[in-house]
Amino acid sequence: MCQAAIEAGCRFFAGYPITPQNEVPEYMSSHLPEAGGIFIQAESELAAINMIFGASAAGVRCMTSSSSPGVSLKQEGISYIAAAELPCVIANMQRGGPGLGNIRASQGDYFQAVKGGGHGDYRIIVLAPSTLPEIYELTMAAFDYADHYRNPVLILGDGILGQMAEPIELKPYKPVVELPEKDYILDGCKGREPRIVKTLLLRPAEALVEFNEYLKVKYARIESELKLCEQYLTEDAELVVAAYGITARIAIDAIDAAREKGLKVGLIRPITLWPFPNEAFKEVVGRAKKFLVVEMSNGQFVDDVKLAIDCSRPVEFLGTGGGWYPTPEKIFEKIEAVYK
Amino acid sequence: MKFKKPESLYDRNTHYCPGCGHGIVHRIIGEVIDELGIREETIGTAPVGCAVLLYDYFNFDVIECAHGRPPAVATAMKRIHPDKIVFTYQGDGDLAAIGTAEMIHAANRGENFTTIFVNNAIYGMTGGQMAPTTLVGQRTTTTQKGRDLIKQGPPLKVCELLSSLDGVAYLERVAVSTAKDSMKAKKAIKKAFQNQIDGKGYSLVEVLSMCPTDWKLSPAQAVGFVNDEMKKVFKPGVYKDTDVK
Ligand SMILES: Cc1ncc(C[n+]2csc(CCOP(=O)(O)OP(=O)(O)O)c2C)c(N)n1
Repeated sequence: MCQAAIEAGCRFFAGYPITPQNEVPEYMSSHLPEAGGIFIQAESELAAINMIFGASAAGVRCMTSSSSPGVSLKQEGISYIAAAELPCVIANMQRGGPGLGNIRASQGDYFQAVKGGGHGDYRIIVLAPSTLPEIYELTMAAFDYADHYRNPVLILGDGILGQMAEPIELKPYKPVVELPEKDYILDGCKGREPRIVKTLLLRPAEALVEFNEYLKVKYARIESELKLCEQYLTEDAELVVAAYGITARIAIDAIDAAREKGLKVGLIRPITLWPFPNEAFKEVVGRAKKFLVVEMSNGQFVDDVKLAIDCSRPVEFLGTGGGWYPTPEKIFEKIEAVYK
Repeated sequence: MKFKKPESLYDRNTHYCPGCGHGIVHRIIGEVIDELGIREETIGTAPVGCAVLLYDYFNFDVIECAHGRPPAVATAMKRIHPDKIVFTYQGDGDLAAIGTAEMIHAANRGENFTTIFVNNAIYGMTGGQMAPTTLVGQRTTTTQKGRDLIKQGPPLKVCELLSSLDGVAYLERVAVSTAKDSMKAKKAIKKAFQNQIDGKGYSLVEVLSMCPTDWKLSPAQAVGFVNDEMKKVFKPGVYKDTDVK
């Protein structure tokens, strides 16, 4: 993730230590300055995200990373950054919650990531990689989406992804979308009119209504343009498993085992959680008799799956909360039990 | 005495109440930035508080920050643009309550930006609640019998607090309650910006300022409150200056 960020031109990182993502600031603290960038260990996640607010307005590609309790603190800043339409990349290597929880892997922050988290009507792009090579690729792309849409992008990982080792094939960075010129940067008004970055819209009374209307259109555009999703053996699947991130990877083992037994099971793995790849679900809903949602929480992502298919098929659920992951055996058992 | 409007300020009426100190502080900052010839290099930050709209008055780049977070925002801006002039403009709620951590750590890191801290001993924008700098006995909407030393503690003295930090270059407390005070304030603010130009590190000027509306005093009485009450608790003077060995 760090290597990808640096290759994609990230030149500012601010963060605060929290397990299980300490490897990120530790790596950045030495490698980012070598690449001519700035690393700051902030006094809190609040300070870190507000440094990102400043860094983005100053015009550089910037990133912060944390894990669940720290990401809660960042929500204030994320709302401001979304409101100011500034690009940035935020990583959340989720751990068990609520509260201080534990330091094991979890997907309990789905609602916070996808439905808001901070105050106000805003959206952030949420990317959910399931392997290290995918983290590498999506981190690079995250900076591009952030710049392209002038919007925060969240990489939603978990404690397993955050601590795992896997070989990666390095690829030279190439933008995946067009990168507009940054005409909002604050760097002193020499030769131009002064610029203001602000989020307060008091007057006239309709100003904020109009701005929200504008954001609505922008978010609709993102929804129409950016949807990433992987399908696995869904062509003939009668049972479609839905899972994202590391859970999808575990589910694939269970699906392979089920196929060996002749069960027609497939997988839809959303890669963008917002925008949610509804179309992929609508596409298979004609063939699939049932869905099974697997996630490392006691039921968050499952809501979006039900919405995507308008509750037109039964949606079974296998969830584990509190920082625990479902084993391939558990998922296989559940597949057998619900496959009828 | 010249009365020409500084180029760093737009020719506009402000939204500040009659007798409020914010306008005077704006004027001083505008003059200083003009005199140093740095208007086109300057990036200001706006706080959450009565001065949130300061970008309507200042003729240079400004970023409006979340409540208390200007030091974090300014830290990033100055690190990325070390050749630009970055300053925070913060009230007592912004700097000494919700943003205490950001302020202390930016100061202690010795970030090379300038802070203008406007201490009016009250929360102006939200209608006169107790501030960390409210005087003992001072009535506010949340201390209706006056601030109680036992219940709410004594007022927070920012210059005294920061003077123990090795990272800080310059601290001075001034006022804008009399013409003489304002001249001193201007000298201090100019030095705080000059320090940044010279790369000396974190400089903060605390300005004792009037809030007649929320103090429920006339403008003239408010001047009296600064001179007779505030200056007793918040003693004007230089609290740290690394130039003086
Ligand atoms: C997170 C957050 N908490 C509270 C507020 C409400 N609020 C707005 S201004 C303010 C106090 C401002 O007082 P001060 O910093 O002393 O500045 P003044 O208005 O007196 O100049 C508060 C509490 C807010 N905007 N955001």
